[in-house]
This record gives sequence, structure tokens and C-alpha cells, in this order.
Amino acid sequence: MSHIIETAAQSNSKSAGQDKFQSHDYYWVDELLSPEHLLIRESVRAWVKKEVSPIIEDYAQRAQFPRHLVRQLGEIGAFGPTIPTEYGGQGLDYISYGIIMQELERGDSGIRSTASVQSSLVMYPIYTYGSEEQRMKYLPKLGSGEWLGSFGLTEPNYGSNPSGMITRIEDKGDYYLLNGAKMWISNAPFCDVAVVWAKDDAGDIRGVIVERGMEGFTTPETHGKWSLRASATGELVFDNVRLPKENLLPKAKGLKAPLSCLSSARFGIAWGAIGAALDCYDSALRYAQERIQFDKPIAAFQLTQKKLAEMITEITKAQLLAWRVGVLKNEDRATPAQISMAKRNNVDMAIHIAREARQIHGGMGITGEYPIMRHSMNLESVITYEGTHDIHLLITGMDITGHNAFK
Amino acid sequence: MKILVCVAQTPDTTAKIEFINNSTQFNATGVTFIMNPTDEWYALVRAVELRKQHGGTVTTITVGGTDNEQTIRKALAIGADDAVRIDMQPTDAYNVAAQIAAYAKQQNYDLILTGKETIDYNGSTVGGILAELLDLPYIALASKLEMPSPNSAEVWRDIEGGVEKVGVQTPFVVSAQKGMAEQVIPNMQGIMASRRKPLAVLPPFDVETLTMAESFQLPPQRSNVKLIDPENPAELVRLLHEEAKVI
Repeated sequence: MSHIIETAAQSNSKSAGQDKFQSHDYYWVDELLSPEHLLIRESVRAWVKKEVSPIIEDYAQRAQFPRHLVRQLGEIGAFGPTIPTEYGGQGLDYISYGIIMQELERGDSGIRSTASVQSSLVMYPIYTYGSEEQRMKYLPKLGSGEWLGSFGLTEPNYGSNPSGMITRIEDKGDYYLLNGAKMWISNAPFCDVAVVWAKDDAGDIRGVIVERGMEGFTTPETHGKWSLRASATGELVFDNVRLPKENLLPKAKGLKAPLSCLSSARFGIAWGAIGAALDCYDSALRYAQERIQFDKPIAAFQLTQKKLAEMITEITKAQLLAWRVGVLKNEDRATPAQISMAKRNNVDMAIHIAREARQIHGGMGITGEYPIMRHSMNLESVITYEGTHDIHLLITGMDITGHNAFK
Repeated sequence: MKILVCVAQTPDTTAKIEFINNSTQFNATGVTFIMNPTDEWYALVRAVELRKQHGGTVTTITVGGTDNEQTIRKALAIGADDAVRIDMQPTDAYNVAAQIAAYAKQQNYDLILTGKETIDYNGSTVGGILAELLDLPYIALASKLEMPSPNSAEVWRDIEGGVEKVGVQTPFVVSAQKGMAEQVIPNMQGIMASRRKPLAVLPPFDVETLTMAESFQLPPQRSNVKLIDPENPAELVRLLHEEAKVI
């Protein structure tokens, strides 16, 4: 028996405190999942406990990207879950993809971001809009984690309004000349390839694949972030980059193409946010039962119970929302507006839970002993990227009223 | 090489342990079950490694109801080629071992691996009984297993104050403990492949149950800690003498 305890502890050990996470499923939503879904969740959770939890606090505190995890994410199968296996993906359904994102974000939103970008924003567009040659050249290496990708849409002056982008490709006969700059790009400092969106001579938005090493292509890192500190963020700068013609994604034309990538990523975030919320709730529930004030656990006080009861209520609603949008996605029926609603609701849910969980942890909640403050700060990015909280509300507003309130 | 690995399902190490029906039965309601860790991390993983080295097949065998199938799928996801489930509620260790022996007799395995114990009832006896019923050599509590050729093995056992190295020819039975292999987390491809791997469900063999658990008892609850002022060692001595009665 002593050996078991020792080995179980090893797999759960964490430098700051042990990762004692246990999942919570108040409405038995697990019964809606398949045996494979549950195995996938168990595997990714075990991997996070073994490889992410013990190191993530330290990397976040030092604002370093745990680059060694990229290969491991490939090995476990976290890259390109919905891409067919013959292209180096995993051939899984969308609920599996969501579950993977949930478990990764339970560890850290930054790790989930790396997987989201690789899967939805790099592999997805190459698979969906790329030529057969492009698929074969890039997807297996991205799926295995040998290469890391990034996605360039946002520009310094064009965030919520991507159609105003000024990055350009000029047709120079036997090549394209790429000029411009992209900002707030996850994975940028370490990426081997970037899927970049730029306007062509006709003013249409096109997708191109830029490779590290091309002359005029640089990726300066964004320093001083208080959020996603364990994820590398940077710029993609193109100064007269000569791009071979075969690097244009032939089937992508117009803003619809990058927006379809975002829809896929947002779907993953709707699930991922539940992971962060579950981690905060789980930690708060345990802390509230252990922390004694006035001779009883603080979990016995009404105001603590209010916080905890509201947390599990909101998590349960978010789980059902994510599951339903997963079913719709599997049936290819999920509308971008439905995905917007799930992303907006679930990230907002998580950010509130992180805040309430921090209060339950009292002073301990601000330290790296507990994951709360890290999740809390991470979620400030998650609520902003892939469509801000406000923009998603306007998407719902437009969907139900027919009036566009963006501009 | 034909390898058989005995795989059991046990409550998760964090599960709340409770007994019902006059303390004669474990209450499984709401309990999460996992693959018995020594079966998984040591026996099964080492079996898969040896198959990679020498070729052949790894079969898992489980005695239990349909609720074991998630655990069996995980074993297939880790790398077993096929699985057998003997469809019955396990009773005692002899019965389980006899079920496995009855099946294994017909199959001529070169190597049979078990974990050193299941972490629920901690009997640590299935391997030994199984070896006896099959009339095979048995090496218990092995922490290392090397097979330079498909028909001979070197097995290391931790013994009091040192290590014992044992040489053995196939076929044999070994129980595996910490050190034999490292945990393998099944990846997505393994999980998807597990769906397509065969799982045979067999009716139970007619074997005896020799023992029956009459009741279970939880360890006594830990009593509250008493804090004694460091300036007052006399009080500590008094309590150790009069209350704890250890001096």
C-alpha cells in the first residue's frame, strides 16, 4: 500500500502545492458523453497533473513559455483533434476537442491557448483552405508538435474590426510581396509557421503561410503581460517578405475564412473556460472546508455557501451549454452566433468564479500556492481575445434583431 | 511471445470508503473506479514494452461485470491487443485466480503478469494462486523484468536490505511492483484504436469460492490534536502517561 500512495502522490505533485483536483459534475453531464470522451478526459487530465501542474506556477511567475510541452502536446494528441489522421490530426469529434481544451485550461489558459491556436487557427485553415500539397507539407509536422504555428489576423489598429486590415500581398508575377504587421499573436515568438491574413491587389482578404527564416519576417515578443504569462505572445512583422506563390491558401477568400477559424477556436474556449472555473471552484470548495474561523470551517458560513453554490450552478449551466453546442458542431449545425453565446457566457462565468474563489481563499488566494490568481489574470485575456466580451454580445444582438450594431 | 496481464478495477485512491448492509459490503454508489495502479503502471506497461521488443501479443483478463469495460478500454488504449472479461462479480482471491487459470490453461501464455496487489482489498495473492493452479514458476513483487530472449527472463526483487536477482525460463507468472515500468498516459490515437480492438466476454468457469468476507471495519477516526505549551513539559509527560498510556 505504501508504494501506491507514494506513486499516486508523485503523479500529482506540484511544486507550489499538490494538484488535488477532482472534477465536479452536479448534473451527471458525464452520462451524455461516450466512453471514449471519458477516456480522453482522463488521459489529458493525467497529463496535466503530471506535466503541467508541477511547473506551471513557476513558468507563469517567470513569464516563460514551457516550450518543452509543445512536443508532448503533440504526443498526447492535443493538436488537430478534429483533423483526419491521414493529415496528422486525431480524427476526433468536436466534443472530444472541447474536452481536451477543458482539461488543458484546467491546468492553464496559456497552455490551452497554444493548443487552440495550433489546432483551430493553424491546422484548421490549412486543412480547410489549403491545397493537398500544403496539407501534406504542414499538417503532420504541426500535429506532432514538431512545428509550432501562429495565426496573424489582428493588427495594431484593427482588432474587433479586422476587415480594415492594412497588411498586403502584392502579386509580383512569380511571387507575392508581403508587408504589414500583426499584433497580440499567441505562439508568435516561437512559431515555425504563421497563417497570415492579408489583402491582395483587389482588396480581398487572403490567407498565406509564412515560414520562419523567410527574409524580412520577424517575431518580436510582447513583454510585461500580467496575463497568459506562461504563453508566448508577440508580433508578426513583414518587411518586404518574398512569399512563394504556393504559400497562398487557394480556397480562402474574404473575411469569412479567418472568421471560420475563430468560430472553431471560440468553440474550444467555451469548453476551456469551464476547466479554469472548475479548478477555481474545486480549490475554493476544499479550502472552505479546511479553513477554520470562529471554530468552524468557513464553508459553514452562509456567505461562503452562497459563493460556492452559485459557482457550481453557473458551472453546471456552462457544461450544458458547451455540451449542446458540441452536439450541434458534430452535426455541423452550430451557427457562429450560437458559438459566440457559449464563448461569451462561459468565459464570463469563469472570470466571476475566479474572483469569488479568490475571496474564499482570503490572503492565500493571491499567492502562487493556489492557482486562483493565475487563472483570474489569464481569463482577462480569454475574455478579450477571439472576439471581445462586448463584440460577442453584439453578435447575439444582431442575430436576434437583424440590426448590425457594430458600426 | 504470448503475454497475459491480469487487470482489475479498484476505487479511485481519493474515493470515500463506506460500508453498507451491516458492514458486509462496500458502497460503490458515487465512487469513481480506476484501473488498479500496479496492474496498469507496472504489469501492463511492461508487457507492452516486452511485446515491442520481442513481438507477439498482449491480452488482458478481467474478472468482473460490464462496469469494468471502461477500465478494459483504457488497458487497450495503453497498448494491449485484445481483452477478455469473465462475466461475474469476483468473490475471493482464489475464485478470481481460478477463473483466470481456467481460461489461461487453454492458451499457453509465455508470461503472465499481475500487479503486486489490488489497492482495495490488498490481498496480493492472485498471482501466487494462479501460478500454483497452472503449475508455473512464480516470482512475487518484482521491481524489474528483463527478457534478453523470448524464452528466458531475469527478474529483480526488492528484499530486506537488498535486491535478489532471479533467473527463470518461460512460461512463468510474475507480480509487478514499482520500478518495473513508468506510467504511460494513453494518447488520442490509442484511445480511438481501443474501440476497434476485440473484447471477449466469457461466462464464468465453475470454480469454488473458498473464503467470504464477513464484515469490514474502517480504521478508528483520528482524534483531535492536543497542543501543549512548550514551557510545560510536565503536562506532556502526564498526558503521555495517563491518557495515551505509552510511557
